[in-house]
Amino acid sequence: MKLFIARAGLLLALLALWYGLTEHGLLPPFFFGRPQLVGEVLVRWIGSGMIFRHLGVTLLETTLAFVIGIALGVSSGLWLGLSPRVAALLDPFIKACNAMPRVVLAPIFATWFGLGIASKVALGITLVFFVVFFNVYQGVKDVNPLLVANARMLGATPRALVRHVYWPSAMSWVFSSLHTAVGMAFVGAVVGEYLGSAQGVGYLILQAEGSFDINAVFAGIVILTVCALALDAMVTLAEQRFLKWRPGSAGANT
Amino acid sequence: MSEIALQWKGVTLAFGEAAPVLQAANLRVAAHEFLCIVGPTGCGKSTLLNLAAGLLAPSAGLIEVFGKPLAGINRRAGYLFQGDALLPWRNARENVAAGLIFHGRPRAIARAEADEWLGRVGLSAAAERYPHQLSGGMKKRVALAQMLALKPEILLMDEPFSALDVQTRSLMENELLALWSAKRRAVVFITHDLEEAIALGDRVVVMSAGPASRPVGEFVIDLPRPRDVAEIRMTPAFVDLHREIWQLLKGEVQKAYAAGVEART
Repeated sequence: MKLFIARAGLLLALLALWYGLTEHGLLPPFFFGRPQLVGEVLVRWIGSGMIFRHLGVTLLETTLAFVIGIALGVSSGLWLGLSPRVAALLDPFIKACNAMPRVVLAPIFATWFGLGIASKVALGITLVFFVVFFNVYQGVKDVNPLLVANARMLGATPRALVRHVYWPSAMSWVFSSLHTAVGMAFVGAVVGEYLGSAQGVGYLILQAEGSFDINAVFAGIVILTVCALALDAMVTLAEQRFLKWRPGSAGANT
Repeated sequence: MSEIALQWKGVTLAFGEAAPVLQAANLRVAAHEFLCIVGPTGCGKSTLLNLAAGLLAPSAGLIEVFGKPLAGINRRAGYLFQGDALLPWRNARENVAAGLIFHGRPRAIARAEADEWLGRVGLSAAAERYPHQLSGGMKKRVALAQMLALKPEILLMDEPFSALDVQTRSLMENELLALWSAKRRAVVFITHDLEEAIALGDRVVVMSAGPASRPVGEFVIDLPRPRDVAEIRMTPAFVDLHREIWQLLKGEVQKAYAAGVEART
């Protein structure tokens, strides 16, 4: 509780500093906005309900990119982790795809899929996929050989090994990558919108920037930050639910 | 001699060009016998066990299980590993049930059987706990229940109690003897602790220092059963056996030590 008060105090102090600097002309409000005006924009957006349409689009893109990216990442990771020869063949290509700054794919996706939701989802998928893929791939390869030997001695068939040993082992890696993955999906959606779209929070920010409305830009950033925190909290909840066997996880304390 | 459960026939295991780990090893275990294998570090004791389990295939020679040559995993054997081999994402009950489920038992039945086995190793109260919530001794008991639940005819144990503290270790040894006496099966028990080997076994086999190691001596342990592993160490018969076997083992340990020093300098 003490910590909570201290944190709230720090937030208020920062806002007060921002207010003080811009109010007395130490920082030009044209470039730095004003906290009270940002607040006004937020109230207007939420009051008119206008923000929810845009936020809904952004969150839909994020969710689709997140879910599809994870599904593809997990299945490819399992497949390559269990087939070393395929992995050896594809290794340089995977490295190249991962090294490529994938945000530059946005214009290509825009020409392929248009300015609607699909191009943003595609961008988000390319970002999410690699995070999850590498974690699952590593997770499968790093499975404790003792667990595999023991399961084989207990009569596990190759299929049972995948289901009862490799899969759960990889899942713990998937969860550790989900925090990054959900952020990536969000980045994909917003950057995609920012580069060309007709709706979404990224589009709002772009519009505000075009009319030099710096307060609305800040308001958009606040909305995005709050949503990103909420998504992250949801991942944490899922983690506590599914990884309760892990030492140090919340469900595991006896 | 009664029926042979497990036999190594001229087994050699080599990886590539390096000196073989095992060289023409011959060994047999009777169906109701408790065999202990001792030897210096790095003498291929675990390798001997992994070959019998079918986790490794010999480069030359043959493993026979109840008279039939072994190919693939040894389905008639259970293996208690030195390290912690429980699935960390399954609680104690689900870990014991895992093997039963692999063998096609319906889940509900497997769980009921698992509970029964947990009871037999004194862990009924800990069925819901995950491995990281169990002590080292408790984990070993779960692993023991996991193995015994499948009723294997041959038990392979690789220094299973070496990581436990002395008191827990004596307790576990006595429990193992009690479980084994209730239903005698072939046991191959690997240890680097000669006292443990004599206290538990019907027979103790000494392995030569590696590489290219093989069994170099065997001793029948005719101490009366049931035994208490802590008390039996004080009897004169035990001390005599210990002295006799140590004469042989000491030489191998010194060879292994000298080779280790040489390798490091």
